[in-house]
Amino acid sequence: MVYIIEVNGSKRTVDVDPDMPLLWVLRDELDLKGSKFGCGGGFCGACTVHVDGQPTRSCQVPISTIGSAPIATIEGIAANPIGAKLQAAWMELDVPQCGYCQAGQIMSATGLLTSKPRPTDQDIDAAMSGNVCRCCSYTRIRAGIKHVAEGK
Amino acid sequence: MATDLGKTNANLDFSRRALLRASLTFGGGLALHAILPNVAGAANDGAATEGSALTAFVRIAPDGVVTILSKNPEIGQGIRTMLPMIIAEELDVAWKDVRIEQAPLNEGVFGRQHAGGSNSTPENYMPLRRVGAAGRRMLIAAAAQEWSVAADECDTDAGVVQHRKSGRSLSYGALAAKAAQQEVPDLASVKLKDPKTFKIIGKRIPGVENAKIVTGQPIFGIDVTVPGMLHAVFEKCPVFGGKVSSANIDAIKALPGVHDAFIIHATEANPSKDPEGIVDGVVIVAKSWWTANKAREKLAIVWDEGPSSTHSSEGYAAQAEKMLSGAPSTLLRNDGDPDTALKGAAKIVEASYSYPFLSHLVLEPQNCTAHFSNGKIDLWAPAQNPGPGQKLVAKTLGLEEKDVIVHVTRGGGGFGRRLQSDFMAEAAWISRKIGAPVKLLWNRRDDMQHDFYRPAGFHKFKAGLDDKGALVAFTDHFITFGKGGKPANSSATMPATEFPAQLVPHLRFGQSVIESSVPTGPMRAPRSNALGFVFQSFMDELAHAAVRDPLEFSLALLGEARSLPTDPAKPDPQRDFNTGRMRNVLLHVAEISAWKDRGQLPRGTGKGVAFYFSHLGYFAEVVQATVSDTGAIKIDHVWVVGDIGSQIINPAGAEHQAQGAALDGLGAALGQAVTIEKGRVTQANFDSVLPLRIDQAPRVDVEFITSNFPPTGLGEPALPPVAPALCNAIFAATGKRIRQLPIDTRLLKA
Ligand code: FES
Ligand code: FES
Repeated sequence: MVYIIEVNGSKRTVDVDPDMPLLWVLRDELDLKGSKFGCGGGFCGACTVHVDGQPTRSCQVPISTIGSAPIATIEGIAANPIGAKLQAAWMELDVPQCGYCQAGQIMSATGLLTSKPRPTDQDIDAAMSGNVCRCCSYTRIRAGIKHVAEGK
Repeated sequence: MATDLGKTNANLDFSRRALLRASLTFGGGLALHAILPNVAGAANDGAATEGSALTAFVRIAPDGVVTILSKNPEIGQGIRTMLPMIIAEELDVAWKDVRIEQAPLNEGVFGRQHAGGSNSTPENYMPLRRVGAAGRRMLIAAAAQEWSVAADECDTDAGVVQHRKSGRSLSYGALAAKAAQQEVPDLASVKLKDPKTFKIIGKRIPGVENAKIVTGQPIFGIDVTVPGMLHAVFEKCPVFGGKVSSANIDAIKALPGVHDAFIIHATEANPSKDPEGIVDGVVIVAKSWWTANKAREKLAIVWDEGPSSTHSSEGYAAQAEKMLSGAPSTLLRNDGDPDTALKGAAKIVEASYSYPFLSHLVLEPQNCTAHFSNGKIDLWAPAQNPGPGQKLVAKTLGLEEKDVIVHVTRGGGGFGRRLQSDFMAEAAWISRKIGAPVKLLWNRRDDMQHDFYRPAGFHKFKAGLDDKGALVAFTDHFITFGKGGKPANSSATMPATEFPAQLVPHLRFGQSVIESSVPTGPMRAPRSNALGFVFQSFMDELAHAAVRDPLEFSLALLGEARSLPTDPAKPDPQRDFNTGRMRNVLLHVAEISAWKDRGQLPRGTGKGVAFYFSHLGYFAEVVQATVSDTGAIKIDHVWVVGDIGSQIINPAGAEHQAQGAALDGLGAALGQAVTIEKGRVTQANFDSVLPLRIDQAPRVDVEFITSNFPPTGLGEPALPPVAPALCNAIFAATGKRIRQLPIDTRLLKA
């Protein structure tokens, strides 16, 4: 099936099975390798992208359900002012360890700060607990979100 | 690019067993070629590599840009940043001018290129300082020649040589070509900086790939693309050691998008039965990974499950109980007369402990891209141990090692899993079979069900206290897993020097082995990650039985500062257990955690302390936890104090490693077990093995004490004390003793 989807502001055409998850369309068809495969089951958040502005586990969404909803990935998140600030905070606070989870973390954090510009610790827990970091960089992920929220 | 235009003044230094050579680069810069000592100082054969096209370890370009190779795999431990910092410091360049490239695999040149055992720091700290210092001397010599002044009148700062007397200065870039003509200093005697003057070592330097990470650049193994590449999955027998009898290969091949499917028999692909080698299974190759993985739903394999299919965790536990009621089959240590001492003790304390198999749960599943062509193979892999991986592939394909080219990528976590190179052998076999480049990627189920697990274990302790509450007798019967009565590998062993050995007059350690074919291997802080839990929890039990403060009980047991030799015939004060260093970290963690005020904590909240010596690092940790009436555990705060020698090379990286290790240990204690039923692992994803999440992650304060010992590694030693400190905190909060991991919160209900 041929699908035309909007990714990071550009229209892209792919010819894939309707049940192919968005994650694999991005990674293997469009060569956008920033979104990561961690579990394939919706449990780890490494594959988080934005669909219509909402943080979404791309391993769980078949391409056939995307329609005209705009998609943003880590490769394009710098176009979002909050995303760009989070990227800068991640660098400044040296958040990554292995780095494998961090694209998903930044995508989830961008979603959080878009809906709640001044999140409480409980808001951070609720929005970010779907994103596993096996290196346990959680202290700095929390600090990075607060750093941006406090306009530093 | 290095040429041999320059002076090739080889400098073989047998005392340090490192060799340095300088040459001019094509662009007119300086290239330093180093040949570093291999494992624990075993000499590399410099002659064999001399004259071959060496990769320059350090290059200084005419524009002043300094390129440094990072020799070891990066798996999140920060090594790609830390090792180049050491060279840059002694070379005396500005960190902003440094570019870092991953070194190719060549252990003949670079020494051991692994990420394991927290070895990178102790193995590389001095050799890399000497390489940097030698480069600096050559740049100074070039400037001195240029100005016709004595070299000792010149000094350096941030990539510039200065002659203060005359006020002249020249940049390293300008001097690089001339420096390449200078005599190479003797590495053994080259003058090193006084650590007090360090400008890079000891500073918080952020990860050198952070910019790529936060923008989603393709830097991990899973991101590798090779033109014409196909995608593969490999379905292995869920029962360890099982074989393929038959499979519906033709039906799979007929599926749309599937390129090929075939059976691999271990008898053909791994005739020597290498534990890391290929096991039986079915490969599916397709134009996309999704298509290959989906085709597995249609796969019908008849397995010959073999003798392991009756094994189960429950069965193992029953066997262990039976073994524990008898005598150990092997004596690991016997000091004094424990039986008589126990009879004479004022108080006897007995307890049995156990812990499960664990999976490494690296977030990036195992993968490898392989391209076999014309009798050679290129492999791209997030390997932790690429040298042995190269050997395994060479053996599997019957190639010479030189025809196996390994490109090490960044790894999305390692924790010891990628020390085994099974995924490389598989990808290599598949690429040769299909005659095309291929990326093999495991799914999460593959990753969790085909690991080299942290071995489970059981311990039965019996100890005696005298009438003053001092520990006088101690016995442990340890049950581990293996074959033929022997532990499966070193991860399944217990050292005869395990604490409190050498500190109790009457002590016996015995061992018995459960026969099992569950694959096991090293996991972050191998064996210490389990032994720390059982021994440090039992120590806490003893302190409470003696009605003593657990901290004071431990300090009394450690006694005065001295070194307890691992091998009495060969004392080595730099590597042996030093009771004084442990006392210091314990006292410091007590201070920063306000240990003495713990009596004022509210009901349901408690503090626990534990300590552990592993990988040459000394760590003491305090956990504060609150347990609700329903048994729910909230970890409030963790304090970590470590002594890893005279110098913390990158304080940011060090803090991250210590925090990460402590949280990793908590996650395992709270929610991780791999259980075996009918010879197979029952868990398949993160819904049944629970990684720690942000809402469970407490604040972790980390402090280091510096001591007058060589700097040592940090990937592992902060992990072992945290689980016992948590369980001891739970005891302080509830009076309930956790003797089995993961913690069963049902036992904590009020
Ligand atoms: S890969 Fe999508 S949630 Fe884990
Ligand atoms: S940084 Fe390694 S998984 Fe998060």
